[in-house]
Amino acid sequence: MKIIVPVKRVIDYNVKPRVKSDGTGVDLANVKMSMNPFDEIAVEEAIRLREKGVATEVIAVSVGPAKALETLRTALAMGADRAILVTTDDAVEPLAVAKILKAIAAEENPGLIILGKQAIDDDCNQTGQMLAALMGRPQGTFANEVSVDGDSVIVKREVDGGLETLKLTMPAIITTDLRLNEPRYASLPNIMKAKNKPLANKTPADYGVDTTPHLKTLKVSEPAVRQAGIKVADVDALVAKLKEMGVTA
Amino acid sequence: MSVLVYAEHDNASLKDATLAVVTAAAMLGDVHVLIAGADAATVAQQAAQVAGVAKVLLADDPAYANQLAENVAPLVAGLMANYDAFLAPATAHGKNITPRVAALLDVMQISDILSVEGTDIFTRPIYAGNAIATVQSADAKKVITVRGTAFAKAEPTGGNAPVESIAGTGDVGISSFAGSEIAKLERPELTSAKIIVSGGRALKDAETFKAVIFPLADKLGAGVGASRAAVDAGYVPNDYQVGQTGKIVAPQVYIAVGISGAIQHLAGMKDSKIIIAINKDEDAPIFQVADIGLVGDLFTLVPELTGKL
Repeated sequence: MKIIVPVKRVIDYNVKPRVKSDGTGVDLANVKMSMNPFDEIAVEEAIRLREKGVATEVIAVSVGPAKALETLRTALAMGADRAILVTTDDAVEPLAVAKILKAIAAEENPGLIILGKQAIDDDCNQTGQMLAALMGRPQGTFANEVSVDGDSVIVKREVDGGLETLKLTMPAIITTDLRLNEPRYASLPNIMKAKNKPLANKTPADYGVDTTPHLKTLKVSEPAVRQAGIKVADVDALVAKLKEMGVTA
Repeated sequence: MSVLVYAEHDNASLKDATLAVVTAAAMLGDVHVLIAGADAATVAQQAAQVAGVAKVLLADDPAYANQLAENVAPLVAGLMANYDAFLAPATAHGKNITPRVAALLDVMQISDILSVEGTDIFTRPIYAGNAIATVQSADAKKVITVRGTAFAKAEPTGGNAPVESIAGTGDVGISSFAGSEIAKLERPELTSAKIIVSGGRALKDAETFKAVIFPLADKLGAGVGASRAAVDAGYVPNDYQVGQTGKIVAPQVYIAVGISGAIQHLAGMKDSKIIIAINKDEDAPIFQVADIGLVGDLFTLVPELTGKL
């Protein structure tokens, strides 16, 4: 069984994003970029399934700028077997990414496609669900635990009140939540080896997908800034302040 | 414009999250509410009483007992022939179903809207709320999830909408529900709590978290939240997590105990009315957003506070 893992190159988790002064977006010039953290969890889960003998091959895919190659190299260094880079300089929306992934899935016939639940740049949380809809396949979103059982996959999901378990007929789409696993670091030898792993270069046109955006960003602005308040010296002062504000037991 | 709202419910009661969506939907046009459930007539009655709702559609079918996305999305997509917009709460449930609907309609979803600026213009947070994007949709039909804390809740009573039963689209047969571990809440639910006491990694372990945070929360009648670090460390279950990828909350008072204030955590609580931070590190980023800060050892300060309230 093959597993496809889409990965996205995004602003690093630890960088505080700055809105450009002209209001056209977030300044990404000279900013550290990394693999979307949820996608790292997806890569890890796919590799673990291969290590358990459940999967035979892990294929990493990225849709984005030429530099997304670095992100794919990270996935390969973690242990993915090969990669597909779909290059475009347009800002690609989740719907278009889902269409490209559907076309790739039609060629590769994976048993599972594991995606991060959301990218930490656009915070959309859509691609996995959209892909599942387009393929007419089941979805296990916000996965906390994944186990393959014959031709089904059991997904324990993080929901608002706790956890929920679903049984999905494969092929199935899974999106990862934070506690699914702890992604490994790529070792230096594996980083070197990754350079020789197969990588295919494609474009959205190769898959017949039109990436024209449906949404137009009119403006990007800073959120209202909260001003730091006061510091109180001790608990008595805090209790007095709370009482002033009407907060009492 | 006619708008279809997806009701969040558990087949017994309508969830509060739906009320904020009704408010957002009313800014766009006539509001119809869809209840997809099994034996959910009670929920339909509750939805009919919500102020501002013009009509309730009840699709009562065993296939919707657990509202699996695979079964619900085709129902909604079919109904959308008669509507211009579909709105759902940006809860775990709404986020699961809505993109599936959008893809079936070949529409780009607008996630987690903060405001309605026009029939096709909305604001939404990006980069964990560190930027706000104003977006315009070119799609004929709008598919939207709504951030509950950004809209006032519609009045749960005062309306008197007719309830129409509609046929379901059945079980697609590719997924099934295999159980759940839903914690019984002894405290107010985070997304509707007026006061929240949240704990971070500094709480050491599950026992200490319980011993320090719970008494203060109970004294104040507050909900209990946690940072990602505290959840990852296993102090509390995942549904306590407040942040970019956890719950987005905006209570009257948010008390952050031993939480340093990573941007991902701030994304989930910085719209709280009053933020109080207790932390031993006076340079912790949480103090940059806190209205009231108290620097010191939480293991002595929090019990003292609980005692003196």
